[in-house]
Amino acid sequence: MPEQLVFAMEVILNGLMAGVLYALVALGFVLIYKASGIFNYAQGVMALFAAMTLVGIMNGQVPFAHLINATFGTHIHYFGWNVPALFAIILTMGVMVLLAWCVQRFVMRHLVGQEPIILFMATIGLAYFLEGVADLMWGSEIKKLDVGLPQGINLWLDETTFNIFDYGFFIDNLDIVATIIAALLVAALVAFSQYTKQGRAMRAVADDHQAALSVGISLNFIWVMVWSVAGFVALVAGIMWGTKSGVQFSLSLIALKALPVLMLGGFTSIPGAIVGGLIIGVGEKLFEFAIGPLVGGATENWFAYVLALIFLVFRPQGLFGEKIIERV
Amino acid sequence: MFYREAGDFKTSYTADSQTFPIKFDRYRYYVVLAVAFGIIPFIINDYWANALLLPFLIYAIAAIGLNILVGYCGQVSLGTGGFMAVGAYACYKLMTAFPDVSMFIHVLLAGGITAIVGVLFGLPSLRIKGFYLAVATLAAQFFLVWLFNRVPWFYNYSASGQINAPERDVFGIIITGPNAPAWATYLFCLIFLSFCAIIARNLTRGTTGRTWMAIRDMDIAAEIIGVNPLKAKLTAFAVSSFFVGIAGALFFAVYLGAVEVGEVFGIQKSFLVLFMVIIGGLGSIFGSFAGAAFLVLLPVVLKVVGVDVLGWPTDIVAHLQLVIVGALIITFLILEPHGLAQLWRVAKEKLRLWPFPH
Repeated sequence: MPEQLVFAMEVILNGLMAGVLYALVALGFVLIYKASGIFNYAQGVMALFAAMTLVGIMNGQVPFAHLINATFGTHIHYFGWNVPALFAIILTMGVMVLLAWCVQRFVMRHLVGQEPIILFMATIGLAYFLEGVADLMWGSEIKKLDVGLPQGINLWLDETTFNIFDYGFFIDNLDIVATIIAALLVAALVAFSQYTKQGRAMRAVADDHQAALSVGISLNFIWVMVWSVAGFVALVAGIMWGTKSGVQFSLSLIALKALPVLMLGGFTSIPGAIVGGLIIGVGEKLFEFAIGPLVGGATENWFAYVLALIFLVFRPQGLFGEKIIERV
Repeated sequence: MFYREAGDFKTSYTADSQTFPIKFDRYRYYVVLAVAFGIIPFIINDYWANALLLPFLIYAIAAIGLNILVGYCGQVSLGTGGFMAVGAYACYKLMTAFPDVSMFIHVLLAGGITAIVGVLFGLPSLRIKGFYLAVATLAAQFFLVWLFNRVPWFYNYSASGQINAPERDVFGIIITGPNAPAWATYLFCLIFLSFCAIIARNLTRGTTGRTWMAIRDMDIAAEIIGVNPLKAKLTAFAVSSFFVGIAGALFFAVYLGAVEVGEVFGIQKSFLVLFMVIIGGLGSIFGSFAGAAFLVLLPVVLKVVGVDVLGWPTDIVAHLQLVIVGALIITFLILEPHGLAQLWRVAKEKLRLWPFPH
């Protein structure tokens, strides 16, 4: 087998894994968009916020320590205990539910019936707000997140591929775990929306707000629930990305990477988010591998957007999006 | 009392269709112009020019440009930073290639080049609408910044990858570089701002502006009554990018002097200008001024209060600034989705009857 082809296969595998992580963020967008028609720009910052809160709780950091110290001249930083990972994750989930409630109570409830663009701007404002709060609460330095997920090269895959191709593939264990978790998460979400009462109510709200109201579904409750679920997805994404590259500001930028994924897959489709994520993941890695060296590298910064842009010109509603019917 | 149209009779069509039909408005406008051109240049110093006035003037140009696209034509763009970068790099290439030509021409040409690029990236808007378009403009943002970072021709093969504005003058007065006097840079930007504002105001009052607004309000209906969407959308992209390009050129050449594209013209800049437009008021030229003034002043005020008065470390103030900007945007959207311009309109309505309401 020619060497280039083997390299390309490794690149494709890595791309698939990266794509799963993009899809994970994109899922959060789709959930909120389907249920409330809000395009939640803050999803990426929610992932950052969740990851920072998780690290903070695990290390027993005092929230707002810097602010308190600066105001009162004290020197407190840590409570002096460490919280086990699983318990910390549950606590963080509690924080995310609280956040969902606050967002619904103080922001979205007042904006019902506004134009979509106004709602979108509000979520950008929310993103700024959350980012500032997260930095104030836990400090803005890069943190290490370790909840006990396996990391490093997968030796079994390395050996197997070496025996076949004479070249060992480098696949991170974490990426494999992320893929499995993402698959489980999607299965759980689908099961939740298909087979539970709340899930059905959620789909009813997504279908038609007024009809859902008229059969007695509480919009407030559904929206808090949807934002909580999105918070949960953000937490999972935050754990994965945080373990992979440290908890830092750039984490919130993966939200931007999720946008072309959404555009490819269509804003309203969960399978679309996954397929879109995989296409973008593989596409940008392959492009960087094949064309990148010719044009100076770092094409990953823009390839996804340009791909989505070209794609949209031919199919404006994305791969799996609902057909846009326009009337006067 | 202060603001009324009673007794303000028009005897000709020209008088009736002038930019400021109400006498009070007109005089206020002349006073503002007189102060800006006649008084401020004599009392300005370096601190005021660099901390407040130059950023305000330049961001106001960018905000007017973006407002034409988002507020008047309804095409949401997140690529402002990228287009500003086009203006800056076009200006740089022109400045270094033709050192003897006046800066006025360079800046205008930079705007023109940006307009062409803007039209290119505006083409997909004919097929893509709403959010999809907003995300598509991100392609412009990231691609353009990458291009200026990676292709050495754009930064004249300098070792640092930065671009530095060489010293250039207009009629013998130095405008760019570290030796430029504050009043000259201020006046230079002010002339461009006035020029842009007058053009924008008159474009939006005329046929072009009305076709833009028709497209914004409902594009299909507009198409049916005979508005050409291709022409309307592309002219909006062209005019908007022209202004944004001028703002980018001034931002680089006059204000900063040296630019590293990823830092200065990143996605944050796109959002900043968008916030100015939103907070100021969509579809209002005055709103662009108000929004730019507000978001230029806010960090300065916060810094003075937080660092100098309360004695907090700068990083906490920076984080607090994020919180406050975010909260302000949400508050504004909830209380007054039409921005500062709407507050101004309401105030004017009140002043018409004050102090004797019905």
